[in-house]
Amino acid sequence: MKLPLDRDTWRHWIDVAMGVAAFVCVVIAIIPLGSILLEACIRGLQSLSPALLTSTTGAGGIVNSIQGTLILILLSALVSLPVGILTGIYLAEFGKNRLGAGVRFFVEVMTQVPSMVVGIFVYSLVFELGLIGLGSPRLVFSTISGVLALSTIMVPFVARTSEEALRLVPIAVRESSLALGIPRYRTILRVVVPSASSALVTGGLLGIARVAGETAPLLVTAFGNNDWFRGLDQPIESLPHTIYVWATGPYVAQNQAAWGVSLVLVVMMLGLSIVSRVVIRLRSVSR
Amino acid sequence: MATPSEDLELLKRRSGGPSRIRIVVAVIAVAVVLIAVGVLTGWFSQQPTTILGAGATFPYPLIAKWANVYNSTDANVRVNYQGIGSGGGITQIAAKTVDFAASDAPLKASERSAAPGLLHIPETIGSVTGAYNLLDTNGQAVPSGLNLTGAVLADIYLGRITTWNHANISALNPTVALPGRTIQVVHRSDSSGTTFVWTSYLHVSSSAWNSNLVGKSISWPVGLAGKGNTGVAGVVLQTPDSIGYVELAYTVQNSMKVAKIQNPAGKWILPTLPSTAAAAAAAPTLPSPSGDWFNVTILNAAGDTSYPISTLTYLLVYKELNTIGTSMTQVKAKALVDFLWWCIHDGQSYSADLAYPTLPAALVTLDEGAIRSITYNGVALHS
Amino acid sequence: MHLFRWTRGKGRGTSTDTLGESLFQWFSTLIALGVVGVLVLIAIVLFFEAEASIRAFGWSFLGGTVWNPQPPLLFGAFPFVYGTLVTSALALLFGVPISLGIAIFLSELAPPWIRIPLTYVVELLAAVPSVVYGLWGIFVLAPVMRTAIEPFLQGTLGFLPIFQGTPIGLDKLSAGVILAIMIIPTISSVSREAFLAVPDSQREAALSLGATRWETTRLAVLRYARAGIFGAVILGLGRAVGETMAVTMTIGNKNVISVSLFDQGQTIASWIANNFTEAETPLELSAFIELGLVLMLMSLIINIFARLMVARVLRRGEGAA
Repeated sequence: MKLPLDRDTWRHWIDVAMGVAAFVCVVIAIIPLGSILLEACIRGLQSLSPALLTSTTGAGGIVNSIQGTLILILLSALVSLPVGILTGIYLAEFGKNRLGAGVRFFVEVMTQVPSMVVGIFVYSLVFELGLIGLGSPRLVFSTISGVLALSTIMVPFVARTSEEALRLVPIAVRESSLALGIPRYRTILRVVVPSASSALVTGGLLGIARVAGETAPLLVTAFGNNDWFRGLDQPIESLPHTIYVWATGPYVAQNQAAWGVSLVLVVMMLGLSIVSRVVIRLRSVSR
Repeated sequence: MATPSEDLELLKRRSGGPSRIRIVVAVIAVAVVLIAVGVLTGWFSQQPTTILGAGATFPYPLIAKWANVYNSTDANVRVNYQGIGSGGGITQIAAKTVDFAASDAPLKASERSAAPGLLHIPETIGSVTGAYNLLDTNGQAVPSGLNLTGAVLADIYLGRITTWNHANISALNPTVALPGRTIQVVHRSDSSGTTFVWTSYLHVSSSAWNSNLVGKSISWPVGLAGKGNTGVAGVVLQTPDSIGYVELAYTVQNSMKVAKIQNPAGKWILPTLPSTAAAAAAAPTLPSPSGDWFNVTILNAAGDTSYPISTLTYLLVYKELNTIGTSMTQVKAKALVDFLWWCIHDGQSYSADLAYPTLPAALVTLDEGAIRSITYNGVALHS
Repeated sequence: MHLFRWTRGKGRGTSTDTLGESLFQWFSTLIALGVVGVLVLIAIVLFFEAEASIRAFGWSFLGGTVWNPQPPLLFGAFPFVYGTLVTSALALLFGVPISLGIAIFLSELAPPWIRIPLTYVVELLAAVPSVVYGLWGIFVLAPVMRTAIEPFLQGTLGFLPIFQGTPIGLDKLSAGVILAIMIIPTISSVSREAFLAVPDSQREAALSLGATRWETTRLAVLRYARAGIFGAVILGLGRAVGETMAVTMTIGNKNVISVSLFDQGQTIASWIANNFTEAETPLELSAFIELGLVLMLMSLIINIFARLMVARVLRRGEGAA
């Protein structure tokens, strides 16, 4: 039976159609991103005023949210970066055996624990520890609690990126250092880690950017505060929490302002990833 | 072929050299900035006493205002109030993770035994309105003043009345061109004293609304859910043809349309500041602050101008403040008591602007007695 | 010379060196085991807290449809499990084809100059916080769904029970759409890795036989990377079940099981986010934690399965290269 179209022409047109379809998929994915950025800019810039950026949420501003987010992510980084990078070092340098494989598996698993579950875990842990005397049950709603939750999310992430970063260092570098008689631990600390430092820093900054946007665990740990940061044992406000409260409220002005807060948050996170890329470029330029 | 000195340079660069110093400098710079920010915001100076409260969203606009004003008048005390719902407030005060709670629903017996020693201190009065978002058949927004009775509302919330132009509704509103579209019912998703008041009212207005449908958190037959008074108000504002129950202050601040409800005197009353105050003025005899308040209600208050769905709302505080545990100190206890005293006196001057009536004198006297009875380690804190 | 400064005075094989060696190794091992210990701690704490609920309800917790905080206290997880499954299924339904399209475009069809910027742009989707997606969902997506898309679906396919009911915009369908958008970066990047693991010899063989670019992709790449794609999809699913904020802001927050996609629902994560701080009795708190445990186990099983699949295909790719 003769086909209406020549078979090869048919195949050619399918090829073209599929190419277009694939491109359309990319466009479809970019539409929401574009929409979000557009709305954030249009609606957000309208509501961003000096008053918003200098008063606390009690007075309708977000300066305490910005302070809160900075404090939360920096304290979490202080805890998570050393722990995560050391774990990454273990996995990359000493983790070639079965124990290492097991640790790697569990660390991967940990990166996938839902953030809400991390939140209720920290709430329960702090509460129970408080009941037996370590701290107090009041600490469930505090900065410490929030930092614990964010660190639990950040550590496995940083461990994984650090391991990848260290793996990128060619074996030849390690071997040549060892061949010169430098002990293994010095090789790791003085040769391998520094040469992977830009990738390590990138991983760390990406981890920070990720927890900067976390809201769910903070709902049951950091809780929220209309005022400035007042101590590690007090509740603390954060940008994502402010966005959530303002977005779900009935005041139209607040809904609009939520876009402005989102803009501030997204700019902060973008800033972190840009800094990480600049660090990479600086490192490769200095080479 | 690379010379030894080139190899050396390569190895030296790989070992970090100047870039590592750069990173260390960056970290130190960030730390310095943080410390500077901390100092500027008084992090290291005299720590103020912080008081944490949580609970109802019903009085949230007022309590938040009080916290704001009090924080700016007294630099040594910081009050932080989070609106997580009456049920949440009761849970947290029972767990002693907050210093005071706020609830529109009085404690029931099981809650009183879970957290013995709590005082009920009514700090303000409010009304629960039936707020709607509706366009008539001509496309015009139906203004405030749609007549509804408790029985009709019960049927709407039971799903028995599903369209706006149902006979029962149009009989009460002959002049309104009601559309035939489905009623979008909105209720609370969280545990709420406002829900308790609303469902109590539906229960006394309609035999079809059973007593197992009364409570802070019930199994709703129909409807969309919103979190907090703000959530319900938000859903009503964003959803056409909807009706929800929202505290008066939120409807005033958002210019929402509210229904007139028929009171026991047969009059159709709009929820306003005067009609709420009228309901409170007819308050029944109240128990002592440390007693059982479960049966206290000002629903269907007597009087021609009284709005029938009004309620007292309570601050819940432990009579003996060391019940809270190690986080409560003498200084904090005194600060809390002073704040409570301020709320029922000076704080009342902020009520009218936010559409909450001021406390009638009888309630103020009752509250004063309650606050005077609060002790820390057995010693009364307010003379 | 500079080099020997590092080893001056220490030399090779002295006891100080060996001490430093093992100290460092033990220290880093300890830290790593500590991290794993935290995961174990999570499991322990959650089981400990959930014990009361597990003991009270047993397996019927998973099938229970009522969540009643008043006496008689009865808690069941089924409405939330149902909501989680429905929204995740929708997320996969919409997300997988688009992600695969993106992966194919970026790895096979795109000219090199556009590859890197577009990859970066798609990755930006992953950088947007969940709460901002929720904000966009409430104020941009929901009105569009309510006024345009859902009435259209009801007009054309309204006989299907999944498109009945009144469109509000905040429902399972909207939540599913947002989840789809959120998992696109995950699925597309892992799929791309799977495609990259396909040796060029496969592509060249197909091309040399006269296949078009699409046919090459279909025959050589997709078929070869099947397991990797499957792994990517399961990873995306794992992310979707754990998503909290965007879902809780767009799903309507109603604890019912209904067929229609235009009806409100509730997922496990969104229910915990909404009501955890309001648990009135210790048993209810325990039930919430049991719910969190159910979610964690769901997510873990899904992710372990996915990683096994992805690891298999990446290993196979390396072996064959």
